Amino acid sequence: MKPTWLIVLTIAVAAGCAAPDIRIGSKRDVEGEILGVMFAQLAQSTGASVEYQRLGGTEIVWQALISGDIDAYPEYTGTLTRQIFSRRDIQTEDQLRQVLAEYGIRMSKPLGFNNTYAIGMQESVAEKLKIRKISDLRQHPDLKFGFTNEFLGRADGWQQIKAAYKLPQQNVIGMQHAAAYQALLSGDIAATDLYSTDPDIRQFHLRVLQDDLEVFPQYKAVLLYRQELQDRHPRAIEAMLRLEGRISEEEIIEMNRRRKIDREPPRVITSQFLERELGIRIGDSTRQIVNSLIRNAAIHLYLVAISLMAAIVLAIPLGIAAARRPALGQTVLAVVGILQTVPSLALLVFMIPLLAYISSRTGVRLPGTGNLPAILALFLYSLLPIVRNTYVGLHEIPVSLRESAQALGLPAGARLWLIELPLATRTILAGIKTAAVINVGTATIGALVGAGGFGQPILTGLNLNDSSMVFWQGALPAACLALIVQGIFEIIERAVVPKGLRLSTKV
Amino acid sequence: MLFLEEISKKYGTTAALRPTTLEVPPRQTLVLIGPSGCGKSTLLRIIIGLVRSDSGAVFFENERLTADNVLQLRRRMGYVIQDGGLFPHLSARDNVTLMARYLKRDAGWIENRLLELAQLTQFPADALERYPVQLSGGQRQRVSLMRALMLDPDLLLLDEPLGALDPIIRSELQRDLKQIFRTLGKTVVLVTHDMGEAGYLGDQIVLMRDGEVVQQGTLAELVQQPANDFVTSFINAQRSPLESIHAKDASP
Ligand SMILES: Nc1ncnc2c1ncn2[C@@H]1O[C@H](COP(=O)(O)OP(=O)(O)O)[C@@H](O)[C@H]1O
Ligand SMILES: [Mg+2]
Repeated sequence: MKPTWLIVLTIAVAAGCAAPDIRIGSKRDVEGEILGVMFAQLAQSTGASVEYQRLGGTEIVWQALISGDIDAYPEYTGTLTRQIFSRRDIQTEDQLRQVLAEYGIRMSKPLGFNNTYAIGMQESVAEKLKIRKISDLRQHPDLKFGFTNEFLGRADGWQQIKAAYKLPQQNVIGMQHAAAYQALLSGDIAATDLYSTDPDIRQFHLRVLQDDLEVFPQYKAVLLYRQELQDRHPRAIEAMLRLEGRISEEEIIEMNRRRKIDREPPRVITSQFLERELGIRIGDSTRQIVNSLIRNAAIHLYLVAISLMAAIVLAIPLGIAAARRPALGQTVLAVVGILQTVPSLALLVFMIPLLAYISSRTGVRLPGTGNLPAILALFLYSLLPIVRNTYVGLHEIPVSLRESAQALGLPAGARLWLIELPLATRTILAGIKTAAVINVGTATIGALVGAGGFGQPILTGLNLNDSSMVFWQGALPAACLALIVQGIFEIIERAVVPKGLRLSTKV
Repeated sequence: MLFLEEISKKYGTTAALRPTTLEVPPRQTLVLIGPSGCGKSTLLRIIIGLVRSDSGAVFFENERLTADNVLQLRRRMGYVIQDGGLFPHLSARDNVTLMARYLKRDAGWIENRLLELAQLTQFPADALERYPVQLSGGQRQRVSLMRALMLDPDLLLLDEPLGALDPIIRSELQRDLKQIFRTLGKTVVLVTHDMGEAGYLGDQIVLMRDGEVVQQGTLAELVQQPANDFVTSFINAQRSPLESIHAKDASP
């Protein structure tokens, strides 16, 4: 049948377009995002289709990399040696590369900056006291310090600094990071600990004291990528590695500041940097926008098509059963009706524990994120319009026609197939159309569980405060898609609804 | 041929049909007549098994109608209702041939039979591809009759087949029906509420009231030896106004 064909084609196209060539990940923090976006843009500039995702903390992103869920992400050398490989005694960069190679992972040269612990003072105070290096602090034993509790507690924090530099200060208190800045500005404390690329350094005019004895561990930013990516997309790797040694502390602090304090969209910040520093014009090229539109449309259609087909397969027999047995019918209609009243978001979120429960009971691993929960929620959502319309379509067939079919001597199955379903096609199809159009709209929330589609640019745009992205790449195309789906169904209707029935409504 | 033994039917508390026994002789046309709601359709629907009687039995050529044989027996009956009951999604041709195709009859046989019936019912062969909405009321009844006759049934059941037609088409079809019944020599049970039609088409007339048979006989018997006042008043109520004008003209 023609519609079946269309659906099969849609899925084939969706499956083809849906998988990007390269997946770049990053941690959730501002700096991770800036670097991740930058690498994604560089890879994309070679013509590859690239997906960028902000994931969770170190452990999650690392696992995603070695399992192949992502192909590359920015990391710090210190995190690798002290956290991920804390059991291995890694001293040199070469050793680190060897260990990484065991996992099939490669590491770029350092990108330039070092994001480590640092000691900061108010610029004016430091200038007056002529303090530039941490060792200068030795000349001022009366200064009061306020450190974060973490810094005070860690073996490589205050304890190490104090011992290495033989610092004499006794007046050291623990406090929250934000409170420490306030105390610093009001003069209550003279110095606090901070990350060396924290944009607050700019914001509050702080001076980062030089670690002249190199006591703090090195947290040099690097790119980690899967070895096989080198074979698959050597040009993308080449493009990404152009960032090696190109990002200074000043520059990353400024980019972090624009993102964190000014809340600029990351793409704007990174595009400007890439153009200035590497002479690469990024600006979302029309082709990239079109590519991502096509990809999102394909994923979106995929979610809708799969859930809709599953719903059709279940809902039409349910509707038939409901029409045949009135008592059963009432129950079925009530149940699918209740499903429809659950807010779509709640239904989607409920899928996560449900899938986890099913996984635990059956031993089949069902992921609580990605396509599956979204498709499941859309499937449940599609049931009502189809069941109801199948029921109504069969129910509203005039008794005289039903009896005429019986009087001919047709058995029940043949009556259903030859007479009743054809007479109900228009109504059933209208139910499927309603379900499909609702699905296109509802599928946008699938992005919340990582299903992709037009919800993705909406979500990303909201995250990035980029309302033009929300509208032009998410909301508007989703609305257009709904209209297109509606149009497609009108064509299907012409093909499927028997001619004799179409004639009768023209009168 | 067809024998109804003590059949009855109740809907809730209203008795649509009180225990009724009726014999339909072969190759004759039996007309059921009576006021609206008197149980004519119910009787017909019990015969073809659309409704199951509460009591009694239907014997079709000495075979008792049961849930098990109803599909088989129906294929030996033809059923035509007031608005034709044609399936709107099928063309005239497909309506007529539906059952034969379902039974996998030979395509050539089907085509011959179709054209034969079109000729018999005076249905234009070039209108066979039309859908029911594209046909006039009279044409729809002709198609419905063709559908009922397709498998050459032994028994024809017609429930007010001309009820919805305007007078000219109606009398034209009455003539054609009479011709067809005579040609085919089938056993026919026809429902009408028009005494003229009953007299014109029926060999036997069964007059019913409130789910009961009041009198059975020819038109002449009903007029000349009415069983009770109801028979007389029913017949008189149906006298055409033209007749009374003729009556006046005749008087001095
Ligand atoms: N399906 C039904 N449900 C309830 N009552 C019915 C049904 N069919 C017929 N009746 C009732 O049974 C009686 C006989 O109906 P019917 O046989 O259709 O009358 P007729 O065809 O003579 O006009 C009427 O009172 C009618 O209201
Ligand atoms: Mg009736």
